[in-house]
Amino acid sequence: MTETKPISIPEGRQAWEAALEGGKLRDSEFTSLSGSTLEVVYGPEDAPGDPAKDLGWPGQFPFTRGVHPSMYRGRLWTMRQFAGFGTARETNERFKFLLDHGQTGLSVAFDFPTLMGRDGDDEMCRGEVGQVGVAISSLADMEQLFDGIPMNEVSTSMTINGPAPILLAFYIACAERRGLDPAVLQGTVQNDILKEYQAQHAWLVPPEPALRMITDVMEYCSEHVPKWNTISISGYHIREAGSTAAQELAFTLANGLEYVRRGIERGMDVDSFAPRLSFFFDSHLDFFEEIAKFRAARRIWARKMREEFGAKDPRSWKLRFHTQTAGVSLTAQQPENNIVRTAYEAMAAVLGGTQSLHTNSMDETLSLPTEKAVKIALRTQQIIAEETEVVHVADPLGGSYYVEALTDKMERDAQAYFDEIERRGGVVPSIDSGYFQKEIHDSALSYQRAVENGSKKVVGVNCYSEGEESLEIELHRIRPEVEAEAFKGLASLRADRNATRATAALDEIRTACNSKANLLQAFITAAHADCTLGEISQVLRDEFGDYIEPKIL
Amino acid sequence: MSERRIRVLVAKPGLDGHDRGAKTVASVLRDHGMEVVYTGLHKTPAMIAEIAMQEDVDVVGLSILSGAHMELFPRVRKELVERGLDHVLMVGGGIIPGDDMQVLEEDGFAKLFGPGTNTDSIAEYIQTEISKRWAAEEAQA
Amino acid sequence: MISWAENGNTRFPETLEAIWFQVGRARRMGITGPPGAGKSTLVNELARMIREEESTVGILAVDPSSPLSGGALLGDRIRMEDRTADSGVFIRSMASRGSHGGMARAAVDAMDVMDAFGMHDVLVETVGVGQAEYDVVAAADTVLVVLCPGAGDGVQAMKSGLLELADVIAINKCDLPGADRLTSDMQEAVHLRTAGRDRWASPVVQCSAGKHEGVDDVLAAIKSHREHLSDKLPDHRRKKRIQQVRQVVGEGLDEAIWKTGGYGEQVEAMLGSGITPYAAASRVTQIILKSAQENQSNEFEA
Repeated sequence: MTETKPISIPEGRQAWEAALEGGKLRDSEFTSLSGSTLEVVYGPEDAPGDPAKDLGWPGQFPFTRGVHPSMYRGRLWTMRQFAGFGTARETNERFKFLLDHGQTGLSVAFDFPTLMGRDGDDEMCRGEVGQVGVAISSLADMEQLFDGIPMNEVSTSMTINGPAPILLAFYIACAERRGLDPAVLQGTVQNDILKEYQAQHAWLVPPEPALRMITDVMEYCSEHVPKWNTISISGYHIREAGSTAAQELAFTLANGLEYVRRGIERGMDVDSFAPRLSFFFDSHLDFFEEIAKFRAARRIWARKMREEFGAKDPRSWKLRFHTQTAGVSLTAQQPENNIVRTAYEAMAAVLGGTQSLHTNSMDETLSLPTEKAVKIALRTQQIIAEETEVVHVADPLGGSYYVEALTDKMERDAQAYFDEIERRGGVVPSIDSGYFQKEIHDSALSYQRAVENGSKKVVGVNCYSEGEESLEIELHRIRPEVEAEAFKGLASLRADRNATRATAALDEIRTACNSKANLLQAFITAAHADCTLGEISQVLRDEFGDYIEPKIL
Repeated sequence: MSERRIRVLVAKPGLDGHDRGAKTVASVLRDHGMEVVYTGLHKTPAMIAEIAMQEDVDVVGLSILSGAHMELFPRVRKELVERGLDHVLMVGGGIIPGDDMQVLEEDGFAKLFGPGTNTDSIAEYIQTEISKRWAAEEAQA
Repeated sequence: MISWAENGNTRFPETLEAIWFQVGRARRMGITGPPGAGKSTLVNELARMIREEESTVGILAVDPSSPLSGGALLGDRIRMEDRTADSGVFIRSMASRGSHGGMARAAVDAMDVMDAFGMHDVLVETVGVGQAEYDVVAAADTVLVVLCPGAGDGVQAMKSGLLELADVIAINKCDLPGADRLTSDMQEAVHLRTAGRDRWASPVVQCSAGKHEGVDDVLAAIKSHREHLSDKLPDHRRKKRIQQVRQVVGEGLDEAIWKTGGYGEQVEAMLGSGITPYAAASRVTQIILKSAQENQSNEFEA
């Protein structure tokens, strides 16, 4: 027997390139979902990094390979399905349904009036109460939402931003009314206002006062609610608004770094609040690009926190994140296909090392999800966790030439954006000039054009479509009485409360706005006095002014 | 002499801040040679009708993803009619179930576009409808 | 009616005739400056202050058309959103469209219409990038040029001739670094142009429209320019109208010569005989002038 001598890698490459030459290729642009050009194959020269410096091991700086040494062997990710609709009572029932089916954390979706800091009986809110989430206008509503749910045991995520400090105040006050010490509360409030101006557009006041309130939350919680994640710095909405993966990564981290700067400027020790910052990313359909994005996010954050901000606590270096599968990737056409899309996206999030995950339901492009659709979405996660066996190995794609090359590229692209933002005077001036908004819009438009000219394919939309199809899935509709019930609830709340105490609490907020007092503290007092969300928000609007978006078109 | 151009108002009624679709459609209509006025976010039905009147638009396009279309769309329509703008072509888009589309189309909306609609087809639809109307106007004059 | 003006609809001139007696009462202000200087925000604030004085306001916001498609995205209203609900404010967005002269004329027509319909103040806003936009604002009584540190720097403004138009210069976003420098540069530039001459020295005013600061100073400067203008105003306006008439005559002649006069064929023949375009133009001009002189006596007697 003679041993076959392998040809060297460079020689092999030459031979391979020659073989490639003249070969027939399919008609495709061979680009990533974000539009970057991809090679036919990746090799060692495409990922020239230093493994000791750039990768390490799971649980080690710079955490490219994950934040825990054992990853999912220690603990699976939290399966956290976002839910909320109609009244607090109805959402409470859905929460109990989800907990009964094995969900391990709660995630509250609020309706637009709540997200915009308005009460359900506000004239601006006709037709919107309870539509896309639950309407929570007061402490009383919050009590009903968590009725029969042990607040000291579940972890709760609240997706709200502009009025986030007020809703957090309702939650803390709710626990206090039950006799619980807020120190036991676990959960997350999104509280990420910067991306609201950039992408999602549910703001309450202009950026500077909003940042002040967020810093107040970081300060208050580091002392009184130490297990609470004070900001969930979110790329999800940036991506859903149309950004590329690199823009999602870069803008989100830039926002995160801005919050850290604000905390430090307030005089806080970076390690006193940074461990409570968490992140929230989108998981889209380009499997490897997404995994690279998650890995790059951890590495960039660790380096910035340690090297730029001098954080010493390793917990400050670790980027922990929640993931939601991409709502924008779902189609109204042939909605059952969405189950498949979501499964791939969920798998990418798991292989990317997420700490918690929401999987979208197949019917979400049509309306709020039905119970059946929600259950399938949750089962998708359970199948990954229990049947695929991918969970046993940490960072299974680490060392893949392709994934490492993409991870490096993500980091470079993000740095280029950081430099550009810096050149524009920082995050807030870049918001004021519409820079982020324009970048996102341009990406959204070029993707839309790619779909319409057929260079990007969407099954059921621009290929394999079945013409006019009648929808065969059942839709979830909001009861028409929800609005009237909100009116009634608010009317009786205002009638029954101690009016003097409520007015005094609102005055206290007004005073706090114009001093250095902690606003979260003032909101908690107002929550106990049964002041409503709309009343508190109005004081803030009066004192801080409205925000008007810049023109970008 | 200038030629006549189609003027379109792209409006976001209600509280929802999802403007990806509205801005995309606005850009595409511009690329089809139309003059597009964009309202910005969070507009009441009365504000939208007032803008439509001041801007003398041929088309009002509403975009909504908050589920409040059955409340807000008819109210915009009513406000337009009150201002004598019933001739304006009304279209809309967003997450709107088929049954609702049917109701709205019976209620004075010319056409509603669901998720996944090709944006060029929206532009073509508007061009066809408006040229019909202009031809009818000319025939009358 | 504004649409008729924009579209060159023949109903416009006769309708204008009917309301002409009401035109001429409004104070007209032109606002221009580089993109990103915060013009719309400042216009919004000025409108708010004018409203507080119980005056009605018409705003004409001109945005460029896309040279490729001819379409336009008109988004200036976004920054004026809190004025939309106010019935004393009328906002109209206008695309610049293809022809430069056409836009300037349509904008003047739109201002006339707003004036006739009783707006006390008419504000026209353009992005200061070209001659056409300058023509628009120049038709106003008072021209406000808005600059801000960084975005559109002063050197650029001076080069582009923007400053020669300015009756008032507002330095917006004055809390940004570089504002004081820009202010003194502009003051210097104004001084160089006006010192020792009997000319209006344009005040340079700092403001931060987004923060509601200094806008009253801008308005005060505008008012002082108006006072300065007061007895010269009729003359000032007449000059603008002469320009307008010249322009309409030019357009009318153009149409008469090329569309209905049949000169196109004649020129084609001349060029076919091998003469230069200039020689052809000179011959056409002579023919037209001659025919005009022949008709002149009866025209003026009639």
